[in-house]
Amino acid sequence: MELSTFAILDPVVGAIAAGNAVVLKPSEIAPAMSSLLAKYVGQYLDSSAVRVVEGAIPETSALLEQKWDKIFYTGNGRVARVVMTAAAKHLTPVVLELGGKSPVLVDSDVNLKIAVRRIIAGKWGCNNGQACISPDYIITTREFAGKLREMLERELNRFYGSEPLQSSDLSRIVNSNHFDRLVRLLDDEKVAGKIVYGGQRDKAQLKIAPTLLLDVPQDSLIMNEEIFGPLLPIITVEKLEDSYDMITSRTKPLAAYLFTNRKNVKEQFVKTISAGGLVINDSAIHLTVHSLPFGGVEESGMGSYHGKFSFDAFSHKKAVLYRSFLGDAPVRYPPYTHGKMKLLRALIGGSILGILQALVGWSSYSALKEKSA
Amino acid sequence: MAPKKAGMRLLFFPSKAEIVPEPYGLVLIMTSWNFPLGLALEPLIGAIAAGNVIVIKPSELAPATSSFLANTIPQYLDNTAIKVIEGGPEASHRLLQQKWDKIFYTGSPRVGRIVMTEAAKHLTPVTLELGGKCPLIFDYSSISSNLKVAVRRLTSAKWGSCSGQACIAIDYVLMEEKFALSLIDMLKRIITRLYGENIGTLVNITRIVNKNHFDRICSYLKDPVVAASIVHGGSYDEEKLLIEPTILLNPPLDSAVMNEEIFGPILPIVTLKNIQESIELINSRPKPLALYAFTHDDAFKNRIVSETSSGSVLFNDVLIHYLCDELPFGGIGQSGMGRYHGKYSFEAFSHEKPVLYRGYYPDLAARYPPWNAFKMEFCRLGYNVDYLNLALHLLGLRRYPKKDD
Repeated sequence: MELSTFAILDPVVGAIAAGNAVVLKPSEIAPAMSSLLAKYVGQYLDSSAVRVVEGAIPETSALLEQKWDKIFYTGNGRVARVVMTAAAKHLTPVVLELGGKSPVLVDSDVNLKIAVRRIIAGKWGCNNGQACISPDYIITTREFAGKLREMLERELNRFYGSEPLQSSDLSRIVNSNHFDRLVRLLDDEKVAGKIVYGGQRDKAQLKIAPTLLLDVPQDSLIMNEEIFGPLLPIITVEKLEDSYDMITSRTKPLAAYLFTNRKNVKEQFVKTISAGGLVINDSAIHLTVHSLPFGGVEESGMGSYHGKFSFDAFSHKKAVLYRSFLGDAPVRYPPYTHGKMKLLRALIGGSILGILQALVGWSSYSALKEKSA
Repeated sequence: MAPKKAGMRLLFFPSKAEIVPEPYGLVLIMTSWNFPLGLALEPLIGAIAAGNVIVIKPSELAPATSSFLANTIPQYLDNTAIKVIEGGPEASHRLLQQKWDKIFYTGSPRVGRIVMTEAAKHLTPVTLELGGKCPLIFDYSSISSNLKVAVRRLTSAKWGSCSGQACIAIDYVLMEEKFALSLIDMLKRIITRLYGENIGTLVNITRIVNKNHFDRICSYLKDPVVAASIVHGGSYDEEKLLIEPTILLNPPLDSAVMNEEIFGPILPIVTLKNIQESIELINSRPKPLALYAFTHDDAFKNRIVSETSSGSVLFNDVLIHYLCDELPFGGIGQSGMGRYHGKYSFEAFSHEKPVLYRGYYPDLAARYPPWNAFKMEFCRLGYNVDYLNLALHLLGLRRYPKKDD
């Protein structure tokens, strides 16, 4: 559904590079992309090795009943559990690329304009928030919130204009189900009065404008599911350190972002926050870094890919040991005498002295054992 | 463990990236009964090294080791970080209902499926060290000058490893039919020498772990066609749970003994016209945890490595890869998923967290809307890492499509 071509073909590249035969089941929620892939994969790739199967739940269920050697799933936690349970029947290893609520911590000691631009690029620049690594919510200090909000509003105006629903640079919401879901988050009575910017929506166009909310309650709907849309809550705390408890009390997200110039804050963040990946002073961009494994942890997924990690994800690293018949140690065979046990112990322990002692037949271990016997 | 630096492209200048290993958190280790101490402690070492908190559930089929661990671990290791929980299937079932950050299971594929199904409810990653029918390809003619050592090693990996009750024990042998009788003859002599003449004088060999497994293994021999293929041994002592080293010659390929992991002292020998056929036979079966081959034929070795799939491959020796810290130990397909030993143990219990540090300048306007043809071309060149054209593009020295189609 999100970042369509990229997310779909990226794992296929890894699978093919590792020498596998691949069946690709694109999401039915993006039907145009699904048929495009079915057409072009059939035309340009070896059909005996790479196939596309289109369809929705019945087709997916039928696919999951088959015995696969590996399953790679990108999506949400609910379906991931179904995938892994189906995989368990055949002991099929899985890579699950899921999501979560990716928090953004913004410190007051920061280059605010660039930080805000990068937050916007990662949030609304990525499919209008419909990306697994989009910033989900911001945490900043009460003191700094005003400045941050002002800069966000200013840059949002610059990027999308004063009529964002008319901007051709704003993605639609993928379908009416998700549109309604997002509108429900906005219309939640717990967040009434918290919308401080945006909130415009057009059902016919399936468009929702970039929207900022300030200090929504922790138990509101919007703070308890992955937003996956253009709504950005800003949560304020007394001091930045207070945000760590808030983040760690939730399930581990796919990404966590920090904007700061302070070295000690960076260190504290990296040490305390566990997530699929962390980015300091930018957002979402780690997706494009080939040398970093991209994946989640806990609720945000398992396994990783991108670059060489994609090849690894679809390979079994087989250990091969070549041995000679020469030098066959009698210590390996019965009868298992005391002397053999001493030598074996020394060999496994890797102590040269111990080996010499055992060979000479003199070992403190044996003396002790004799005593206690 | 120090973070690993990751290389960054010039495109992302200025940036720094590293991969920081962190513990998964709360780990469950469930062990098997055949090497109960080693199989409990080896993963435990990896989990502790990686910084996790651990619960060990030793197998109830090895009760003495289970209580030893339950009594000794609290005396020497931090009780708030490492706990031992004893019990049978009921205890395992209840433990599996909890939410773990990682589960490490050693045992059978049947229970492996149950573990993974329960883990799926919480999206818990698992390492499953299972088993399989580990074949030995015995290329008799190729190793004719080393037969004595080869036979010794075969013996040690069958009857010498807990009477065949080991995940990497040799399950069955594949060889050319013209040499079968010679090998059987050599095996009979070595069995007699190392383990005794018959069931009454059996020494140096383990008993079967319990009545269930004893009955299971004996039932293989109750199939009349299989019984007819016994060329050595076949006797057992129910009271002492002993089964003598038994060799079968060409039992039917569809019999139980040739389709279940034997995990006992029965050795089927399957003969072929040509040793090269062994690859096809092995590939027609589930992938084993270990594949052994005794051969000096390099071309054959290459074929084996590239045309078969198994957890590991071992040429001209047996079992010893288990002790190699540098080699990952784990299965594939029915024989398991994930791996450990040495540094791989640390990795099995760590989440490798990538951290990307970015500088502010230069901050490229091309990243931000409103989009236009110039910015789209910039993104396209950046994606292709085409530095030369990127530079020309930024300097305005390049023509590009003005309409973004």
